[in-house]
Amino acid sequence: MRVEEMIKNNVQNMPPSGIRRFFDLVHEMEDVISLGVGEPDFITPWNVREAGIYSLEKGHTHYSSNAGFMELRYEISRYLNRRFNLKYKPENEVLVTVGGSEAIDLALRALVGPGDEVIIPEPSFVAYQGCTAFTGATAKTIQLKAENEFKLTAQELEAAITPRTKVLIMSFPNNPTGAIMTREDLAPIVDVLKDRDIFILSDEIYAELSYQENHVSIATFDEVFEKTLVVNGFSKAYAMTGWRLGYACGHPTLIAAMTKIHQYAIMCSPTTAQYAAIEALKSGDYAVQAMVTEYNQRRRVLLDGFRKLGLECFEPLGAFYVFPCIKSTGLSSDEFCERLLMAEKVLVVPGNAFGQSGEGFIRACYASSMENIKESLVRIERFLNTLEQ
Amino acid sequence: MKEILDILKKNSRYSDEEIAVMTGKSVEEVREIIKEYEEQGVIAGYTTLINWENTDDDDFITALIQVKVTPQRGEGFEKVAERIYKFDQVTDCYLMSSGGFDLTVIVEGKSMKEVGLFVSEKLAIQEYVLGTATHFVLKKYKEHGTIFKEKEFDDREVIFL
Repeated sequence: MRVEEMIKNNVQNMPPSGIRRFFDLVHEMEDVISLGVGEPDFITPWNVREAGIYSLEKGHTHYSSNAGFMELRYEISRYLNRRFNLKYKPENEVLVTVGGSEAIDLALRALVGPGDEVIIPEPSFVAYQGCTAFTGATAKTIQLKAENEFKLTAQELEAAITPRTKVLIMSFPNNPTGAIMTREDLAPIVDVLKDRDIFILSDEIYAELSYQENHVSIATFDEVFEKTLVVNGFSKAYAMTGWRLGYACGHPTLIAAMTKIHQYAIMCSPTTAQYAAIEALKSGDYAVQAMVTEYNQRRRVLLDGFRKLGLECFEPLGAFYVFPCIKSTGLSSDEFCERLLMAEKVLVVPGNAFGQSGEGFIRACYASSMENIKESLVRIERFLNTLEQ
Repeated sequence: MKEILDILKKNSRYSDEEIAVMTGKSVEEVREIIKEYEEQGVIAGYTTLINWENTDDDDFITALIQVKVTPQRGEGFEKVAERIYKFDQVTDCYLMSSGGFDLTVIVEGKSMKEVGLFVSEKLAIQEYVLGTATHFVLKKYKEHGTIFKEKEFDDREVIFL
């Protein structure tokens, strides 16, 4: 039996992530400063960790209901209302998932299959492409432009829509660009979609990390509320990546369909993480604010640093990434990242890993200590100087 | 701008230029704000947090002393407190709301004997001081929000996302 031939085509054809080789290199090196990892450097606040530990001590080690503990769904509902003015009923409009990633997978599996098209604005999180491909649906990418600060425009969207379009994936604040969409930016998008049978999968995992004004969810537009699925989670806001806990909120029929898949594939999200998440939502706003303030300071330092080094860079107002343009060096994104890593042991991620319009850019993550950020700027300057010679 | 105070509280070695970048202000603004804080006594000084245990000079001891005093008419606790906190050996002095005692006095000295003698010869004999209880610090785990332990390292696995 040739196992390769047994693997389904759309899985076989999906390339493993293109930058794997960088990471293999990193494993063999010492003293690498990583601005490459897309997760908080903060550790989960102690009160949240303590709540998880306590639940274990008390022996709360069983399943929860498929959709997640009612108390957690209730707290999620209250939180979304308090922070982003979103209204979801905990009974049937909230599903607790294994990270935001599972919610994305469930939504796509519930909504699309062969013959359907999913619009994915790029550069963006690589999982959208993968999850779409595994359903057999076709990913239709929109290559967002640097001159628009990597925001999606109505014209670009309009041009990408076909009769087969079923889902638009929105991910703002954006990984890898740090772009956000304001209420004014979203309004024309809503106009395009309001009379069409297209679902909006709005991945708002970085919602708390908005540095100018509060994050605006596209679901706050009444015209598209019913056709929007909001995906969020605890990883970025509460520094809980390893706990693997996220959630999806939307139309009860869609949530019911997703719950069905979740129930057969996963059963329920880990209960220890759910207990910890309840504590996070009940008490965590202060801790989140403290982290956001610190990210904001680092953001300004890294942005200012890149600009002083002569790298063109729009101001990213969300997530924890800066996305400078490195075209002036004459190197491709891949070359730049590999040579920087070998010469100065600083890890950043090539922008083209997130879609072809990311070519000529690098993603630098500022979820790293201020010392690391400053030291990496010193090293990058040294690297740029060697290029000029 | 409380943010500047928070930054300086965490690390008072940031330069004005660095703070300007971090807060999105101009250097002049930052200088102005800090100057104002200093003039108003909001910023009362700049210190360094030292974990003496990691030095060769940790041959001194810290003690927390609870002092019970009689407040004086018209003066409350102020006068007694002043007589106590003016000693160089006293690093901190707080008025407490406690049934058992009134002042918490933190004292540093070279040895238990030295601190003990200071308490008996300088504190306990003060007029209006009714009694003292001395507690010696054996180990400092955390001070001013900083946990004293081995430096943490970045142990995040490299993962692509």
